[in-house]
Formats: sequence, structure tokens, C-alpha cells
Amino acid sequence: MGTHVILMPDVGEGIAEAEIAELLIPVGDVLREDDIFASVMTDKATVEIPSTVSGKVTWYAGEVGDSIAIGAPLVKIEVDGPGNEAEVLTVEPDPESTVDAEPTSAVDAPAKTPASAPAPPPLAPPKALQSTTKLRTPREKPVASPAVRRRALDAGVDLRQVPGSGQGRRVTHEDLDGFIALGGTSPLGAGRGPDTSVEEVKVVGLRRKIAERMVLAKTRIPHITIVEEVDVTSLEELRGCLNAERGDRPKLTILPFLMSAMVTALREQQNLNALYYDDDGIVHQHGAVHIGIATQTPAGLMVPVVRHCEARSIWDMASELGRVAEAARTGTAAREELSGSTISITSLGKLGAIATTPIINYPEVAIIGVNKMTIRPMWNGTEFVPRKVMNLSSSFDHRVIDGWDAAVFVQRLKTLLETPAMIFVEG
Amino acid sequence: MTELSCKLLVIGAGPGGYVCAIRAGQLGLDTVIVEQARPGGTCLNVGCIPSKAMIHAANEFHKAAHTASGSQIGLTTGMPSLDLAQTIDWKDGIVGRLNSGVAGLLKKSKVRSVTGTARFHDGKKVVVDGPDGETTITAENIVIATGSTSVELPGLPFDESFVQSSTDILADRVLPEKLVVVGGGYIGLELGTAFAKLGVSVTLVEAAKRILPQYDAELTKPVMDRLLALGITLHTETFAQAVGADGTSLKVRNTEGVETTLPADKVLVTVGRRPVTQGLALDRLALAMDGPFIKIDDRCTTAMRGIYAIGDVTGEPMLAHRAMAQGEMVAEIIAGQKRVWDKYAMPAICFTDPEILTVGLSAEEAKSEGHKVKTGKFPFTANGRAMTTEREDGFVLVVARADTHRVLGIQAVGENISEMAAGFALAIEMGACLEDIAGTIHAHPTKGEGLQEAALMGRGHSLHI
Repeated sequence: MGTHVILMPDVGEGIAEAEIAELLIPVGDVLREDDIFASVMTDKATVEIPSTVSGKVTWYAGEVGDSIAIGAPLVKIEVDGPGNEAEVLTVEPDPESTVDAEPTSAVDAPAKTPASAPAPPPLAPPKALQSTTKLRTPREKPVASPAVRRRALDAGVDLRQVPGSGQGRRVTHEDLDGFIALGGTSPLGAGRGPDTSVEEVKVVGLRRKIAERMVLAKTRIPHITIVEEVDVTSLEELRGCLNAERGDRPKLTILPFLMSAMVTALREQQNLNALYYDDDGIVHQHGAVHIGIATQTPAGLMVPVVRHCEARSIWDMASELGRVAEAARTGTAAREELSGSTISITSLGKLGAIATTPIINYPEVAIIGVNKMTIRPMWNGTEFVPRKVMNLSSSFDHRVIDGWDAAVFVQRLKTLLETPAMIFVEG
Repeated sequence: MTELSCKLLVIGAGPGGYVCAIRAGQLGLDTVIVEQARPGGTCLNVGCIPSKAMIHAANEFHKAAHTASGSQIGLTTGMPSLDLAQTIDWKDGIVGRLNSGVAGLLKKSKVRSVTGTARFHDGKKVVVDGPDGETTITAENIVIATGSTSVELPGLPFDESFVQSSTDILADRVLPEKLVVVGGGYIGLELGTAFAKLGVSVTLVEAAKRILPQYDAELTKPVMDRLLALGITLHTETFAQAVGADGTSLKVRNTEGVETTLPADKVLVTVGRRPVTQGLALDRLALAMDGPFIKIDDRCTTAMRGIYAIGDVTGEPMLAHRAMAQGEMVAEIIAGQKRVWDKYAMPAICFTDPEILTVGLSAEEAKSEGHKVKTGKFPFTANGRAMTTEREDGFVLVVARADTHRVLGIQAVGENISEMAAGFALAIEMGACLEDIAGTIHAHPTKGEGLQEAALMGRGHSLHI
């Protein structure tokens, strides 16, 4: 009979001790080889420890909750045969290698760390730091005065991560202050000091109004957003022709065409041209199509309204759109020019991105977002051809608009815009 | 049988143990310290302090004896005489003052002292056999600070009269005529030099090729020159065998197999020190060992939770100031503070003549760690203060990284150079570069200017050489 000692295995990079989380086999009980007898916990992982021998447990290094040093005896097991106690307790790996080398398999710690909890990879320094600052090798001690070192230790800062501004990359009190002020994560670029100034900007006037409207819309309305791709090559040709012969009429942008398409599509889906007064539980479906156009003004976002689009020609819509948008920008818009819309459009023009998630202009139930127009290769059945393509990102109030209806509306807009003649043919 | 319990039990009241206990007491930990002898350990009672007292007495005597035959500064004195018994009394007085000083500090910090020898019952309980019987002490934390003791040579056991340890010889009230010192390490050289200065015929036996083999030859050369000037006979690559049949000689043999008999009134054996781990019943614990030493991590924790070890019992370098720093750190760790051993450098001094001071890495050590280095060396022959004290032997050598100029090590040899240890260690611990030292005004005329000049030399433009 002999005693076999199993040491606390190296359960993770740079960990000096591990806490016993569970002791599954009480002292006095018999275990077999590969039986899990304990699980230990580090701040990174919980690892189950299997036995490498069969025998009777005679001793544990501690109870649940106790921390045991890596490489220290964890359990003693009475085994048939000589055991390994004598060699384990005299032959020790040197202190350096236990910290950063392989598990101490040489002295019969479990040779394999259980697959359920692999040792986490060593923490890599932040990428940004690598690119801007020459780092010390991990083993190299950071250069700092004893006072700085003590402060870092107390603050839980690994000084090797702190870029030193002193000669020889010595870390000064100021370097440490800066590192801590930045939350200890994002190190400074070379030569650039951190700007820790904070300017207070009061949210008042139009900005506060916008904020309230956004919160109202975003908290009350469950948005559903559909993004669809629209081939506007034909529309652009048509627009080009119309603009070439416009005379002294205003130049047509894509918006009047979209507005016209919306008028056409809304004729079939009037429930989208509506105001949902949710407090009263009533939806007002409007016959008139008053389209709000989200417009960036020097004061902030405004939504001037082109009223009665259902009664306007495309040229008429274009000139009215130009007028109310200009009024909004110059701050001369009348109250009724900024309210009463039944559906809205938001367009960022060239900044329009690929897709957006527009917020509905409460209490409306739909908003159409226009994304950037680009030339993309499109498959026409035999080859790729360059086509002008634009996405529409449209949001709907999912309380009163089903996804199906929303999709039908978007598809209708797509069809109309891809074959613009259909917009103008009275059906 | 008495029973005590405490938060912290410190075993051994040497420099490590008593500092640990005092600091713990200051931090409000209920602390007990066990010591079998007087507080202060080897250092205070039979080591650093008594040997420094003897070295001082020897220097004073030697200087006076030297001027009895006239001197270059025009001073002539009468031939001095020394009452060694009075010297020993004076030395014991100093030790006594320091003993009671330590005891007073422990008391002031509300540390309870227990006299006796400690042995472990288990990881939380220690039994102390003392003059008043057995005391059982239960402690949440235990610090092992049992220190070290002189190593005996096989075939040459200490007998306290003829074959002596440093402890024995520092208590002797009669000077030998002929002293053989076995071991050319710092203890043997310090005491051998002191006895030579007191007029004793000293023979030094060293197994290695040269004295102080762990130091660079450059550093030991001034010491070597001085040993020869003092008339010390040196046998290197020579091994002590046994006491001669007549009882007044030592048989030695060199590496070529030639045996010699060295006449001696006393043989001082200083071949190293070993950790004191016997008698502690350490086998009742499951401590990991590092050779004969107790293995510790960078927080001085052993393999067992709640058990710490500090000082000589944990290995080289066996230095009182290392033990003190460890003791302070452990007390703070036990008090719940975050502490870790993060020192850059460990100063070490040979109180030979001249003294050798090393802090940090030598040029060779720095290179073997993979650094490209620059060095700057300034000899005291170019230093005004050295000239005016008649001691121009020695130099200061600064070792710095070639890329960042950070100072990695400073070595120096010279009379009284030990007092420069503070500045050397501070420079390295602050992470100084050559430019930091060169840019610090060093007072003139002092030997400390040697450090600034060496730093300037490292930058390639010394001013005074």
C-alpha cells in the first residue's frame, strides 16, 4: 500500500491558485481511475479534476471554498503499490515553470485538462496598443517607480499594459492616471494626450421636441422594417427626359416620382395612409394623402408637409415640395405646413446608406425611407448588366399593419417605380 | 500547558520575523512571535552587527598600528594595544541595546512574544517548548522565519574551541596567533581581514579558483590586493581535510592532490549557510520544497494555504534586508492588502577591505538575460575625496541597457562604499536611466560623484577622466 498524491493542476495561464468548488468523493470513499473527484474554480473557469489512479481518498488539501496553490498537493489516495508521495513531495518543478509552462504532468497531475473546460488562451493585449506602442515582452517587468507599482497593484492595473511616456518606456504617475482615467482599456496613441473635457449642452427647444417625439414613437410603436431593392434605371431615364424638357419648371428629383407611386399604391391600401390614435383606440384612414418629408434644417429635423398629393401632378408636387422644404429650412414655414401629414418619407440623398430603420412619425402608421442610388451589376437572365439600383427601407406600425400588408405595399412601390409608366396610367 | 490563539503566528524573531510581526501589529492583527533565543536573529546577535563591530575595532587598531611607524600625512602615534575582552563587551553592549530595541518595538506594536522552540502540530497549530513548559498556539496564518545556520564541513565538525563557526569566533575573548579560515566567501573574508588587521597570522583556504567566486574578478581584485598587502596567505583550489593529529593544525589538499598541513590555533569554517528546517516537524505539513529551502511564490505563500515563509529559509540571497522586505509584505498581505514581490534589485555588500557593493545585474548577467548593454566605469584614482582620505582604490561601474539607457545594475568597490547602497538601489528601483543619474547634481567632493561620472561615461562623455 502506498499513497498517491495528485497535485493541483495548472488550470489556466498565469493562475497561482484555484478554489475548490466541489469535492465529489468524500474522504474514506473509493474512486476509480478517471473518476472526477473534484472540481476547482478560477476566476476564468471551473475545471473538473479526474483521478489518475484507483484507490481510497485519504486526504484533501482543503474544503470547498479553500484556495489551493497550483502545483500543491490536492488529494492523497491510498493505492495498491508504492504510490508517488515521496517523489512528488520532494521533486518540484521550479517556481517559474509552474506559472507559465505546461501543466505539471511530470509529477502526475492529470495529464489532460478536461475537454469541457479548456484553459482559456492567454489574454492578448488590445490590438490598438500593438499597432501604436511597442510593447514589452510579457515576461519583462514594467519599468516604474515603487510608488507607481504599488498604486497600480492597488488599482488592479497590469503595468505591462500601460504605455510609459518616460525614457525607456518608464511608466510615470501621470501615465497611470491617464490609463485609469480611460477606464484602463484604451491606451493612448503616441504623442496625443487624452481630452477629458466634458461640455454640457442643454436639450431645449426643437431638439427637446424632437427627442420627445422620437421617444413617443419608438416606445409606443412596435416597428416592422422592410428593406427592398428597386431597379430605377427606367425611372432615371424618364426623369432625365422630363428634366431635359422641363422649361422653367423645377427640376425633378426622385422624390416626386416616389410620392406619385405612393399615391397610386395607397389607393389600394388605404389603411396605410392613416393616423392611429392609440389612446382612443381609433385609426383614422384618410382619403387625402398628405406626405411629410423629413428635412434636415439648421435647427434640426423638421417634417414639412406636401398636402393633397392625390390631387397634384408630378410637376405640381415637385414645386410644392421645393417650397415647403425651403420654408422649413429658412424657418418661415407656417404651422400647417409642418403638421397634418398622413404618411412620411425620409431621404438622406447621397448619404442614404444601404439600409436604414426609419422611425414612424407618430401617429402615422408608415414611413418610407429612401436609400442611396448606386449602379450595381444585375443578372438579367443571361448576363450581368449595370443597373441603377436604390433601396427602400420602410417601417410600419405593426399594431395595425400586418407584415403581409406591409410587404404587399413595398412590392407595389417597387413595381411602380421599376415600370414608371404605371404610375401615370389612370387605372 | 498554555493555549493561545491568534490571527498571525511568526516563528523566528530574526530580521524577517520581527519586521513581519511589528508590521502586522501596526496593522491591527493579533500577532504572536516565537523565538528560542534573544530577538534579532542571526543578523543582530551573531551575524551582521557583531561582525561589523569587530571589523570597526580591527580597522581602528590597524590604522593606529599603521601610523605608529609614521604616515604620509605626517601623523605618528605610539604603538596601540587592544583589550579584546573589552572589545567583546562593547560589541555585546551594542547587541544588547538592539535586542531590547527590537523587544520594545514588538511590545509597542502589541505583539505577544513567546520564548521556546516551535514545532508544527498541523497547518493551523504550533506547539512551543519553552522554559515555562508547553504552549499550544492556534493561528489563522503562520509565517515560517526560522532563518539559517552555518554549514559544517564533513570531517571538520564545529567543536566551539578549535573548529569554530563565525558565531563562536565573534564571542572569543582571546586572539589566536594563527588563524586558518576555510571558505573564501564574504563571511570568511570579512572576518579573516579583521583578524589580520588585529595582528593575527591568517591563512585562507578556498576551494574555487579565486576568492568571492560569485563576483566578477574585476570587483574582487582590489580586495585581493588588500588581502595580500595585509599579509594573508591564500590557498585557492584547496580543500580542508581534517584537523591534524596534533590538534593544532589543519590538513588540506589541493586539486593536484598535494597535501599540506597548516599550523593553526583556530580554524574558522565559513563555507555557507543552510536553512533551519529541522525540529519544526515540517513533515506534518505538505509544503513544497525547493531543494533544502521552503518553496514560495511571489507573495511568499507556501504550498499550504495560510502558511508563509520568509527570509533565509526560502533560499538565496540570504540577506537580512530581503527578509525584512518579505516580512513587511507578508504582514500587509495577511492584513488584506494587495502586495506582490516586484522588486527590481537586491543590494548586497561584502564588508571586506575595500568593501564591495552590488545592486542589480552585472554586465555579464545582463547580457545573459538578452540585453545589449552599455557600461560606464569611474575609478576613484580620479576622485578628490578618495585622494584626501588616502583611499584611491576601487571604482564605480554602471550597467545600462543600450537601447533605453535604463540602469540595470551598479557595482562598486571602495572603502566605505557600502554607504552608497542607498543611492544605487534607489536609482534602479525608480527605473532610472543613465541620463537621470547624470542629470542629478552629486555633491562635491564626495565619492558619490563616482556614480554620476560612471553614468556620464556610459553616455560616452565623462567630465573628470
